[in-house]
Amino acid sequence: MSKVIFQHPQSLKHNTYHYCPGCGHSIAHRVICEVIDELGIRGVTIGVPPAGCAVLAYNYFDVDMIEAPHGRGPAMASGIKRALPDSIVFSYQGDGDLAAIGMAESFHAANRGENITVIFINNAVYGMTGGQMAPTTMLQQRTTTSPAGRKQALDGYPVKVCEIFSQIGGVTYLERCSVSSPAGVNKTKRAVRKAFQCQMDGLGFSMIEILSMCPTNWKMSSVDSCKWIDEVMSKEFPTGVYKDNIPDLKKNAEKIS
Amino acid sequence: MNKVLMSGNNIIGEAAIRAGCRFYAGYPITPQNELTEYMAEHIRKAEGGVFIQSESEIAAINMIAGASATGTRVMTSSSSPGIDLKQEGISSMAACELPGVIVNIMRGGPGLGNIRPSQGDYFQATRGGGHGDYRTIVMAPATGQELADLTMDAFDLADKYRTPVMILADGMMGQMMEPVIFKKPPPRNYPEKFMLRGAGDGRSKFIRGLLLDPIDSEEHNWKLYRKYEAVKKSEVHCDEYLTQDADMVVVAYGTAARIAKGAIKRLREKGTKIGLFRPITLWPFPERELRTLALKIKNYLVFEMSTGQMLDDVRLALQGYADIEFHGRPGGAVPTPSQLANVIAKIYDKID
Repeated sequence: MSKVIFQHPQSLKHNTYHYCPGCGHSIAHRVICEVIDELGIRGVTIGVPPAGCAVLAYNYFDVDMIEAPHGRGPAMASGIKRALPDSIVFSYQGDGDLAAIGMAESFHAANRGENITVIFINNAVYGMTGGQMAPTTMLQQRTTTSPAGRKQALDGYPVKVCEIFSQIGGVTYLERCSVSSPAGVNKTKRAVRKAFQCQMDGLGFSMIEILSMCPTNWKMSSVDSCKWIDEVMSKEFPTGVYKDNIPDLKKNAEKIS
Repeated sequence: MNKVLMSGNNIIGEAAIRAGCRFYAGYPITPQNELTEYMAEHIRKAEGGVFIQSESEIAAINMIAGASATGTRVMTSSSSPGIDLKQEGISSMAACELPGVIVNIMRGGPGLGNIRPSQGDYFQATRGGGHGDYRTIVMAPATGQELADLTMDAFDLADKYRTPVMILADGMMGQMMEPVIFKKPPPRNYPEKFMLRGAGDGRSKFIRGLLLDPIDSEEHNWKLYRKYEAVKKSEVHCDEYLTQDADMVVVAYGTAARIAKGAIKRLREKGTKIGLFRPITLWPFPERELRTLALKIKNYLVFEMSTGQMLDDVRLALQGYADIEFHGRPGGAVPTPSQLANVIAKIYDKID
């Protein structure tokens, strides 16, 4: 008797990705789709793709989607979720989208404890617009708008989203992962699953930050990009769980019931 | 339903809830705070009603866009500087064909201006405001009763054309108390195929405004254009007062029209033959109606609480057909009817 151990996720459309070779978006997409399949939530899920490389995410995700203006994903997701509380709502955002232009929307959706899931792709650069400095660009990292490298005196510091958001009362689950290695991808999938489960259980705001490769704008090979995440980027942005209120909230819920 | 006495801001809120609005997001700004507060207190009492005090006007408009996509009736409100911030979302809603009602209780500008009633946002409201080739249906109520009726109508129009509709009033309209009777709204008619509610076992849908292929994007723009042409054909509203025998007609909307009416009443007592033409929809502008009036009346005075914005539309309608004068009080200044009557009388005396 044969057993299926690997197949194309049902929630992932059979379209060829427009992403560059070595880009992390396609891995993140697949991970999310696998989780949606496993949790059996395709029919109730609504996704909110951002402005940026993933703006065409609706070409890949076979779930209902509505594109948000740049940075406004969490506001739009809040509107969808409040209007349709039984749906599963996620926003998919880049570092510029979440931590620069949309910081207010992200921060306050988190602070309200909106029962949504944010997938935050951190690749330390503006990808779609051609490699400009992002809020998460590393110090000394060269981009088209920090040609001599990011200088803290001129450009400030890389924004550490998980560290900041871990202080926000409304946040229930927060984890930083990376898709730079098979082990990282597996961990990412577990984290994404936990975040969606958190939402399904009605426990509030969850966000998974994913360190993701951008070989084109980093001007590196795909292999070197993975290495750069493991050896450089993850030193500034350490992976791990930054907040997990799930056990406490569950205990409280049990006490009440 | 009996007659009740309410402030303009509260009338809009009550009319919205009665019209089936079940999602409101807003950010405090004077002089429209009573509307946000009314929604906070009352929309949650309606089944499924959601109120969110957003972190900004930008967030508010995107919240209602999201809720609108699920098929919920939605509204947000603000005043002039806050409406600037909403333009990104209004353009996006127009592009994505999402219905929704946006209330602008105008105050003095530009910049922070002041919190006095003004009409300086006419261009912003009627010319699109945000970027791109789109129009917003704009209603300009002038009484408490119209605030109620037009707010209810705005939701139906937004659904019918799947586009944002703006209620354009000002601080005076928002703050004053007037008697009102709420009409019974018709049942909602909005097809499920336009709603995002999860794909179920069927095909997934997506709503987008980004069309990278220029030919697709051009076709989308023409599609929107055809919709706007249909709006222009069927949704124009205006009101005339004592124009039958008039030698001169004042053109004004909203609060300015009320002041003009008071001035005209005074002047009529002295035997001057002056009438009022009041656009109720500012976009589409009642161009044909005004031009028809110009077949018999050749003198017009545009009065606005601005330096002259609707004036452009009156000129487009009447240039070459009639003489057009202008009187404006920008920046939050509101003349009394007798002050305006003096201005009108001087201009009236000059005509042949």
